[in-house]
Amino acid sequence: MTAAATTPRGMPAGSTRSARWTRRLRLYVPTIVVFIATIALWEVAVRSRALGSFPLPAPSQIIEALATNWGSGRWPLGRAAVATLFEAVGGLLIGTAAGVVVAFATARFGTARELLIPLAVGASAVPIIAFAPLMNNWFGVLNPLSKMMMVAVLVFFPVVVNVTRGLTQIEPAALELMRSYAASESTILRILRIPNALPYFFTALKIAATLSLIGAIVGEYFGGANDVLGRVVVQSASSLRFDVTWAAILLGAATGIVFYLVIVAIERMVIPWHASMRAHES
Amino acid sequence: MTTSVPESLAPPGTRRFRSSETPAQERMSRRRRVTLLVAFAAAILFLWEAVKWLGGVPWRYENLFGSGTDFFHDPPLRFPFATDLNLPHWWDILGALAAPVQRNQDQSLLQFLLGASFYTWREAALGFLVGALLGLLLATLFVHYGLLERAFVPYVVASQTIPIVALAPMIVFAFGPSITSVVVVATYLTFFPVTIAMIRGLRSPDPRALELMRSYAASKWQIYRHVRLPASLPYLFTALKIAATASIVGAIIGEGPGGIPDGLGRAIINFNQQYISGPEKLWGTILVSSLLGVVFFLLIVVAERFTLRNRPGAAHG
Amino acid sequence: MTEQPVTPAADAVVRISGVDKLFGSDSGSVTTALQGINLDIGRGEFVSLIGPSGCGKSTLLRIIGDLIQPTTGSVTVNGKLCAVARHDRDYGMVFQAPVLFDWRTVEDNVKLPLELMGWDKARRDARASEMLNLVELGEFLRHRPYQLSGGMQQRVAIARALAFEPSILLMDEPFGALDEMTRERMNQEVLRIWERTGITVVFVTHSIPEAVFLSSRVVVMSARPGRITDLIDIDLPRPRDVETREQPRYFELVTDVREALRRGGADQIEPGVDEVPEGASAERTRVEGGIG
Repeated sequence: MTAAATTPRGMPAGSTRSARWTRRLRLYVPTIVVFIATIALWEVAVRSRALGSFPLPAPSQIIEALATNWGSGRWPLGRAAVATLFEAVGGLLIGTAAGVVVAFATARFGTARELLIPLAVGASAVPIIAFAPLMNNWFGVLNPLSKMMMVAVLVFFPVVVNVTRGLTQIEPAALELMRSYAASESTILRILRIPNALPYFFTALKIAATLSLIGAIVGEYFGGANDVLGRVVVQSASSLRFDVTWAAILLGAATGIVFYLVIVAIERMVIPWHASMRAHES
Repeated sequence: MTTSVPESLAPPGTRRFRSSETPAQERMSRRRRVTLLVAFAAAILFLWEAVKWLGGVPWRYENLFGSGTDFFHDPPLRFPFATDLNLPHWWDILGALAAPVQRNQDQSLLQFLLGASFYTWREAALGFLVGALLGLLLATLFVHYGLLERAFVPYVVASQTIPIVALAPMIVFAFGPSITSVVVVATYLTFFPVTIAMIRGLRSPDPRALELMRSYAASKWQIYRHVRLPASLPYLFTALKIAATASIVGAIIGEGPGGIPDGLGRAIINFNQQYISGPEKLWGTILVSSLLGVVFFLLIVVAERFTLRNRPGAAHG
Repeated sequence: MTEQPVTPAADAVVRISGVDKLFGSDSGSVTTALQGINLDIGRGEFVSLIGPSGCGKSTLLRIIGDLIQPTTGSVTVNGKLCAVARHDRDYGMVFQAPVLFDWRTVEDNVKLPLELMGWDKARRDARASEMLNLVELGEFLRHRPYQLSGGMQQRVAIARALAFEPSILLMDEPFGALDEMTRERMNQEVLRIWERTGITVVFVTHSIPEAVFLSSRVVVMSARPGRITDLIDIDLPRPRDVETREQPRYFELVTDVREALRRGGADQIEPGVDEVPEGASAERTRVEGGIG
């Protein structure tokens, strides 16, 4: 990296706040265009009955269902989204905490690390939905904890794998440097391993954020209290109110995306120094 | 010591995170790994029963192993999660696998589940193939046409935030309760990891290799065939490993609303309903489903080792 | 020129005596990286270790720094065992890669060893800016490492290595990754710092011109097994600068070093000379022999 063409604060030219934002915005134009085009086509297709019997209401109908059912009615979507989000966040916290603890233990003990890969592989091979009935039976169908545990199980292994990698994949020269300072293992952990692991932790957290919503809804699908998104989907579909069904589905997806973006924002604040956070050329 | 490289393995100037081993050493470490896994499994089984010994429901076995003696143990504590309903004895699970799937049938639960697994696997494999091809196609398009990529990749990513359990009934509604719906659902879950990984993989070749090809006036298709595609194979296999298990999940989910009677999905639903009367059957089903996932995964690993056999640093499962 | 050191033993900051280093492997094959190394380095000397790839010069540097244990022989630093010297923070080390932490500012990177040594804040701040001024990067305190060029990052690494005023500076091909012009400039920098601080420097390099330009003495090593084949005094006058590189005596010395390298087998091409062979295991090593 050269120190040429610097602004007064020493940052490379073209990386002032506004320059970066306009660049980013321009990148998103195609995406936005596709979005608008899809919505428009969708509306037209449904109204002209071109899609046949596929239960796909028009966007306008979905929005209407969303608006009317938000706070009241048989399927209060707003409340359902919050309840599902609550399960997702709870499960995320449990799974992440457990994952981080195990990751530290795995980083510490080499034998554990050898076990880790095959175990993570085996765990990811278990179809997660096989757990849903089990969790419901263990913790009670109506208890949000059963859904949280689904999420926790789903989230656990990505967190362990990534955080372990972050704690152990370090430039050998950096470790030599710390040895030359006669630093103790706990110092090395504090000064080197943990900061090094932060980007990996956030990678895992981002994966976990999207998985958590899905896990919660999958768990709810097998049974749960009434005011959660998964149940709304099931019940409204069986009543053939597909506009509400889609409203719930899209609301679930949107919540997942927002959750993901929140994590991204937190990441930007916590690790602004990481390579992936800096302005890119493309 | 938790250094990532033992001290005398990395003399100064060499930068390696893993040593490459001689075949003799690799065999040894594989044996060691297997022993560790077996030991770990044994430890889990031991812990499982130890917890039940401490806090489960009373153990009551009459005429143990036909020796004429009765066995009784009353655990000192009571853990609510360690009851026979929540945490059946693992030998009871194995016993249920060996026992007839239903009272008046000859077939054991295990045979039944294996049949169901194979049935589900066929659907999953089909969805896997379609999803992989779709992912490859999308990735190829995106890598060659940046505009398409910028426009559509966010939607590819967003597609996975829609819970497939919610979409599945509607897919069944549209395609009818048939194998087609199940395959569509499985495809939905598998195309995503393949797309994302292949975008990375097709872009991974050293820019200098691409310059070299351009100096030969190679066409885009030739560059694709000779440089990009071979370079993307490791990425492809990483994604296929994820896609394998995803396709099974998709197939199981698709079978539910599709009312497919012969697959694992139906078995899970049934045994879930019968949980109170016989939890071991559901546990047995979970066990067999996991095995299916692991086997499919291992199939991909074998395919990977074979395909990438001549590449450096390849064979580290 | 033979192996007898020029400096009297009493003034030797680093004494290396009878050192061998062997790397073993599970399959039983053993590589001798270093063999029979005897070397004394005097206070305030600037000594370069030069040799072909794989001759063990970096290994020797790390033995001095107590990052690797010799198989036989003894090494003392300031009259103490290496391990003690390391704990006493007697030396600073600069690697080929700057190894700066992206999550710390330039200033905080330089303060790293001081934090570990428990210095209080005021002292740390003062020393960090002093060191960065020494390497002429005073205005870049608050920058991040990735905002600096390669040469600048290495200067920060040097500032960090000197922060706690060690008596010895160990440098392992620190300028290997830089282009020639920057490298020559950095050579000048190092000499300037050396003259200012009076520190003893052990410098590993591949580059003959660099070794001759910088050192008071050049230690020539042979290909594996690494042995010291020659010690060449560099009698160029100081302070050395751009013009020194154009003196006839400079070229003579460069030729001397080159010929010494060739005599040690540097021009023979050995397969896999670069690295310890596959499968070298973590072998238990001991220091035998008494304290020097």
